[in-house]
Amino acid sequence: MTNTGTVYPGAPEAVPPAPATRKELRWRLWVQLPLLITLVALWMLLWGTLSWLSFVSGMLVAFAVTRSFYLPPVELSGRFNPFWFAVFLARFAADLVVGSFGVAFQALGPRGITRNSMVAVDLVTRSDFIITLTSIAISLIPGSIVAEVDRHESIIYLHALTTDSDEAVIALRLKVLSVERALVRALGSAADVKATGVLAMSGPTAGIPVSPPRKGRDS
Amino acid sequence: MIAAIYIAVAILFVVGALLTLYRIVRGPSILDRMIASDVLLTTLILAVGADMVINNHSRSVPIMLVLSAIAIFATVAVARYVSKQDRAITGAVPPDDHQAAKGGS
Amino acid sequence: MMPDDVLDLLAAVLLLLGAFLSMAAGVGLVRFPDALSRLHAATKPQILGLIFILAAIALSSRSWSTLLVLAPILVFQMLTSPISAHMVARAGYRTGNFRSDLMHVDDLEEVVERATRESAD
Repeated sequence: MTNTGTVYPGAPEAVPPAPATRKELRWRLWVQLPLLITLVALWMLLWGTLSWLSFVSGMLVAFAVTRSFYLPPVELSGRFNPFWFAVFLARFAADLVVGSFGVAFQALGPRGITRNSMVAVDLVTRSDFIITLTSIAISLIPGSIVAEVDRHESIIYLHALTTDSDEAVIALRLKVLSVERALVRALGSAADVKATGVLAMSGPTAGIPVSPPRKGRDS
Repeated sequence: MIAAIYIAVAILFVVGALLTLYRIVRGPSILDRMIASDVLLTTLILAVGADMVINNHSRSVPIMLVLSAIAIFATVAVARYVSKQDRAITGAVPPDDHQAAKGGS
Repeated sequence: MMPDDVLDLLAAVLLLLGAFLSMAAGVGLVRFPDALSRLHAATKPQILGLIFILAAIALSSRSWSTLLVLAPILVFQMLTSPISAHMVARAGYRTGNFRSDLMHVDDLEEVVERATRESAD
């Protein structure tokens, strides 16, 4: 989701991994552990059996996959709050239902579609992990799709149905920022929690970029 | 009662699939066709699942699984092809807006 | 009314909701004016419709183990459909597959324009 290498030619190339010391190797394994656990769990679910055989074969497959399809290790924040994660899931489910039926009735309704927008939202966080999760959540909710991501500036560009007024655009930005805040509360780093908390306290429209958000950045 | 609902379910699926098919045939662009065929595949997955409920079996779970896992490949391939082709021809500029500015090249 | 009947009726209603979303996606595909809008129509049976159908399957088979087998289907779909939607939206925007007269705000236009200018130099 965060691949924007072709849009911004000035972006630095991805640095190839340096030869690792023992400590770094252990750290890398620790960082990848959630991914490994997820892959093993998925493998066991696929077989539908919770046996040692499926566990061991799942481990082997997970190692093979993470070795052969190398990805830059995802930097997790090391924080997880189950309560806020549950809150996020509940809100996400509600958004999913409201969005799905909203788009469905719009398709069936007499007026059809009005005007759309391509909206830039300046996220508070700088973490790739939170940006990715926010983009996935926003894309999964019908009515908005992330079309472009600028991970250096933490700006996501989303196409949204029926945002035909400035109020609707602002409401959409607030919505995205609130999804981000919910995710940061559940999974974000302490610094991110602080940053989004400040945002939450300083009024409802704080942190919303004036559209267009970046004029003359390259001058 | 339940039989009536089942018939309604079947009708809704068929109507949805036919409308999607119309969009695949009409286009106009390859992306429209791709989106529509993606929806057709989703409709197929849902219909296979509905069939399991209606006829009370669970043989089609692997079919749903494989379809949901590989549905992405065709879409990504076409999307990549379209963007690459576009970059080669127009330099990634939306053609309708900027053709005039470039002197129609 | 037996609880079994209630469960079956519930499963049937869930099927109906899933089928309704699927049909609405077809209507949206036909009625929406440009490729980017049609993409929105496509995303809704993919997740919520699938959740409805999977819940109906789990209800009608009345076992938790079925739910575990069905979970990967939803996981795959939730992981892959944002990626494909993102790539199609990106390609659709770049190729101008949208009606700019229907755009209220377009924050991306300027950015893409500048990136194109820079790469042309």
